[in-house]
This record gives sequence, C-alpha cells and structure tokens, in this order.
Amino acid sequence: MNYISIKNNQTILLSDIPESNYEWFYDKNIDLVTGHPERHCVNYFGYKSGNNIKLICCIADDLTHEILISTCLVNKAHDLESFTNKLLCFEKFEREIHENFGINYIDHPWLKPVRYANNRFDKSRVIANYPFYSIDSEELHEVGVGPIHAGIIEPGHFRFICNGEQILHLEIQLGYQHRGIEQLFIKNKKLLQRATLAESIAGDTAVGHSVTFAHVWESLCDFQTTRDIEFSRTLALELERLAIHVGDLSGVCTDIAYQLGSSVFGRLRTPIINFLQEWGGNRLAKGLIRPGRNQFPFTPALGQRLKQVLDIFEPEFNEMVEKLFSLPSALSRFERTGVVSNADALSIGAVGMAARMTNVNRDIRSSHPFSLYHDLNHHPILKRHGDVYSRVQIRREEVEQSISYIRKLISEIEPFIVQDGILKTPKPNSFCLSLVEGWRGEICHCALTDKNGELMLYKIKDPSFHNWLALALSVRNNEISDFPICNKSFNLSYSGHDL
Amino acid sequence: MIDNIKIVFHQGKQFIPNPTTVEVPGVFRGRPVISHEKVNEAELLNLCPTDAITNNPISIDLGKCTFCGECARCFPEKISFSKDYKLSSNERNRLIIMEGDDKQIEVNPDTVRKEIHRIFGKSLKLRQISAGGDNSCEWELGAANNVQFDMSRYGIDFVASPRHADGIVITGPITKNMADAVQICYDATPDPKIIVLVGTDAISGGIFAESTAIDRSFLEKYPVDLYIPGNPAHPLTIINGLLDLTRKH
Repeated sequence: MNYISIKNNQTILLSDIPESNYEWFYDKNIDLVTGHPERHCVNYFGYKSGNNIKLICCIADDLTHEILISTCLVNKAHDLESFTNKLLCFEKFEREIHENFGINYIDHPWLKPVRYANNRFDKSRVIANYPFYSIDSEELHEVGVGPIHAGIIEPGHFRFICNGEQILHLEIQLGYQHRGIEQLFIKNKKLLQRATLAESIAGDTAVGHSVTFAHVWESLCDFQTTRDIEFSRTLALELERLAIHVGDLSGVCTDIAYQLGSSVFGRLRTPIINFLQEWGGNRLAKGLIRPGRNQFPFTPALGQRLKQVLDIFEPEFNEMVEKLFSLPSALSRFERTGVVSNADALSIGAVGMAARMTNVNRDIRSSHPFSLYHDLNHHPILKRHGDVYSRVQIRREEVEQSISYIRKLISEIEPFIVQDGILKTPKPNSFCLSLVEGWRGEICHCALTDKNGELMLYKIKDPSFHNWLALALSVRNNEISDFPICNKSFNLSYSGHDL
Repeated sequence: MIDNIKIVFHQGKQFIPNPTTVEVPGVFRGRPVISHEKVNEAELLNLCPTDAITNNPISIDLGKCTFCGECARCFPEKISFSKDYKLSSNERNRLIIMEGDDKQIEVNPDTVRKEIHRIFGKSLKLRQISAGGDNSCEWELGAANNVQFDMSRYGIDFVASPRHADGIVITGPITKNMADAVQICYDATPDPKIIVLVGTDAISGGIFAESTAIDRSFLEKYPVDLYIPGNPAHPLTIINGLLDLTRKH
C-alpha cells in the first residue's frame, strides 16, 4: 500500500507519506478515482525538491471519511503521461504543475495556462497575448468580454464562439487577480499576517478560508480547540452562507430583470452582514476568526440579538422567495437553462453547489465533518437537473437549512473558555491537510513544514478551481443572452482561483 | 399584483434617510484614537501585520491599516477604534492618525482640483476596476448603491463603460496581470477625470505590498483624487468620501 490514509485536519510527518515511482503513482491514483464517484481529488500539487519536483496527490473518500495521500519524485527533464488523459478532473492540477515547473505532459489535451502565476516557469508568456482557442469558419463569430466587466465585479476574460445567438464554446481565461498569495504565506512570518492573507484569498469567503487556515495551523501546532471556538466558527460559516446565498438570489433576479426580487433580496442580505459586524466589527467577518483563540466570544446577548434578526428576516425572506418561485416569467428563465449533466460534473470533479445541483453528493460538512458539524448531523441538499433552477433551489433551501442550524446553535451557546493564547510552534517536517465546506463548496489548504518547523509550502484550493469548467460547459448551446444568469447562478471566485 | 404590493408594504421604508449622519450598529472598527499612554512601543509596532503603526510619535496610517483591531485588543489603554466611518481624504497624509488626534478626517478643500466641484458636484459617473481586489471592496461598492444606502440619490452611479465615466475607482493592490487593463481603462475615460482608490489594498498594497506579483507603477504616473480606506471600506465611508470630494468648493 503506497499511500497513507489520514483524516481531515490531521498532521503527519512528511516522511510518513510513502514515495513511489511515477508509474505506480499514476496507476494507483487513477485506479482510486475511476468508477468511484465517492472519491475525488481534493488537491494535487508539486514543489521543488533539489533539482527534482515532488508531487503530492490527495484523494478524498467520502464514504470512509479518509483522505488518501501519495507522493512521487519526478525529474522535470522527463516527459510524463498525464492523469487527465484518463480522468478529466485532474486537468487543471496538471496544467498548474506544467505552468509552475515546466513539466511536460505528453498526452494532456490542452496545457493552457492556469493563472500566469508570478513564479511560473516560462515568463516569456504573458497574459496580454494569450492565444484564445478559435474556430476558422465564416458562419461563426467570436465575442470577447473582459478582463474588466460591465458591473462591479472581479476581472477575467470570457471568449465566446457563437453560432448566431447560440454559444458553441466558451473559453475562460483567468489570472488577472493573481497576487502571489501562496508565496506571501511563506515570506510573511507573523501569524497575524498569514491570518490576514487567509481572509483575503476571497473576501466573500473570509470565514471559509480563515477557518481552513486556523484548522491547518492549530493541527500543525498540536493545539486542541475548545468547543466555544468551534461554535463560533460553525456559526460564522453558516451566517456567511446565508448572507451570500441571499445576495446571489438578488443577483439572479437582477439578471432576469426582476426588479422587486433584486431589491428585496439585496436588502435582506444587510441585516445578516450587519449582524456579523455587530459581533466582530466587520461586515464581511474579517478579523473574526483567528487560530488558537476565540477572538470575539459569542455571548448570550448576541444570541438574543441574532434570534431577533432571524425572526424578522425569515418571514420577509419566505414571502419574497415564494413569490419568485411562483412567477412563470422567472421560472421560464431558470428551467433548463445552463444545464450541466451528472456525468459531466463527475468527470470534471465539480464540488459544492456545482456538484449537488446535479445529484453528486459532495459536502465536506457530512463527508469529512469538522467544527460542530458532527453534532448538526448535516444532510446535503441535492437537486437533479443541473440547471439554473437547481442552483437557485439549492440556494433557497440552503438558506432555510442554515437558518435552522443557526437557531439550533444559538439555543445552546457554548460558554467562553479563557485560553492562555499561546500557540506552540508548528511541528517540523510535517504535512497537514484541512477541508472546509465554504458556501461555494470545498476549500482545501495543505501546509508543509521544513526541518525547523517553518512553513515551506502553503497550497490553497478554492472550490472555484474545479467549478469554472462547470460554468464553461453549462453555457454551451444556450443563448448568449443567458450567460449572465448562468454566471451569477454559479457565482464563482476569481481571486480564490487566481490566488 | 396584490402579492407585489404586499411585499412592498411589508418591506416598509428601507432607505437610510441621511447617510452622512446615521450611526452604524454594534461594534465597528472605524477611525482609531491613540492616547498619550506609555506602552511598550516595540511590542506595539511589532503587532501590526502591515506596519501601519510607527513611533515618534505613535501613529497609525489608515492607508496601510487592515482594521484587524489587534493593536486595540492588546493595548486597549493606548488605541481604541471609534465608530466614526468618515475616513476619506484627498491627501494621503491626512490618513495618518497621530497620538492624541481625535478629529474627523476630511477632504482638504484647498487642494481639491478646482473643476471637480463645478463639473462633478451634481453628477458623478464612475467606472470601477478591480485589480486584484478580493471581492470585498467590490461588494461594498455594490452595497453603496442598494436600496438602503442608495448612493444614486446624490447623482453618483457606476457605469459599464469608461467612455461614459467621469473617473475610475480602483480596488485591489493592482496586479501585474491587470496593470495593462487599468491603463487602457484610464486612457479610455474622457477628460476631466478623477482617480479614486478604495480599500487598504488599493491605497498602499495592504497585506500584498511586499508581493512581487503586483505592479503599482500606474499610481506613480497620475495624481489620486480621493483615498477611501477600509478593509473593506464601509458603504458609508464610500458615500461620505465621494460627497466630501465633490461637494467642496
């Protein structure tokens, strides 16, 4: 058995990960995932080890709640066979390895740049002259959008190839947001700097990413969190999910020109994020989560206040959502628009909502539970059609589910336990992996330490890393005018992808 | 139809009657106030993740501050964050809060370009550019125009094309990969035009200041008309900053 099985948030010695040759590494990992929809790759990355590149592959098994880690040392002068040729879900991971280290894959279908990272291997290639895929035809036309979009959103380039009004192909090129976060994690030595970086990976998922970072760090430092700390994290994650889902319902209404829904859902987000500010001083919950301590203890008075907020929020939300879901003009825009099939979602390794919309049961809250999700006995909400309607339904039902979890949590507030606030230094020569279900889906952070216990590599994977391809597939054969609603119904992160 | 009227009725009046005087609820980390208390300065300076705190005298640069509140948590007798959300100025050095300062940050009317009030005083259309922003300031810029904050009541709006804009609003530290696009967008905006920086990342690079993946040379070429600090900037900070800039003679 040339892999090691670990649990979520477990730290192991790097030397405990068995190393094998590339042939075995290739066969075994493909074998693990092929025909096993319950297993998928949560992270696959390389780092420099002397003159060679060390690859680490992490496959999560949702039924046994394990993560299977294997490793392999390769020489970048040698061409490799690509996993992608057998399993498409590895395509972006291999493109990233190619882009960063110059490893050549002989049978990868398209080694397109991932994000033009600052530390890329070939610096002669720049984002400005990226050659987009094109089809030579007199009947087709291309539409280029971006990097700057019409609204107040992040940059990315979308290149459509259209047959009349119909989209034949969409290519998405990202990387404009690349700030070099993974390198800064190593360069900045203060814990507070790293925690600040974690909440800036994607500002709309400040809680999700900072909880993941806190779990990684605490596991590396062998710190046992108390229940009150995990209580705050669980509550903050559900509040974040609730706020963003409501905001996204507003965005979807905007894109179908339904003014009432747009305004009402837009304003309904405010009491939730204002509550986050009342609790921690920031509307997006920046500064709320810190490793090793309960930064802003959740008091019974805050519990009372949150109950009041929800008591007002719930009927107003229900009234609006019932109206939206009974409007034929809205439903006709949602149904059978932007479909991703179950087979496609599985093959590209979609996660989070983008998986659950098409009956792929992927939810870290139930498959690799963390914080207080053991106690909440979470059951993921699944839909079958994979269209905009499924994604909107998931948002509606997850809002309702989050409210019920929040109500359950605040009915029994964990009392604050005073900590000495001192974290030990991270264990040397170690590897840690942490998975958290953010509102978009699975967030995965991996950390490696060197012989002095210093951070040697910090690898971040936002759920958007998997799911951008789902958006590109969903718009095929749709009218180009339906692109905005498809895009909004996924609401993927640019900064989380570009890092 | 009746359902719609019911919804509108149940929503009631949502708009904030006066966004220049309203108080923010609960805890809010706005403008810091630094006392003359003696503390271990080396320890205080070392706390800050972005080196926003300097000594002789102790001061906090809001253009670098991430508003994490760590300094106030560890040295509550020295630093406290007030709920004052009016943090914007047209002068970079007005964002630096000194020991003992407890007055509002304002735009300096003497150094505002003369045409700004005359041309943009009643109508200001802006083109937003996210250049490495993490989508938090973008969120709050969007929120500034929702039904509650309703910035468009002052004639301030975001537009889709730089050709329709009176200026650009930059969020994020300006990544190398976005540097060209920022320049193209600025060039496409007709004169006279303003540049507004929103958020700590845009003003100083924030936590990304040391990154080799950013390129801030654009900001060396042109004068900045307004700095709006925050991480992210609160919608009230944004609205008040823009009003302060355009309404002053």
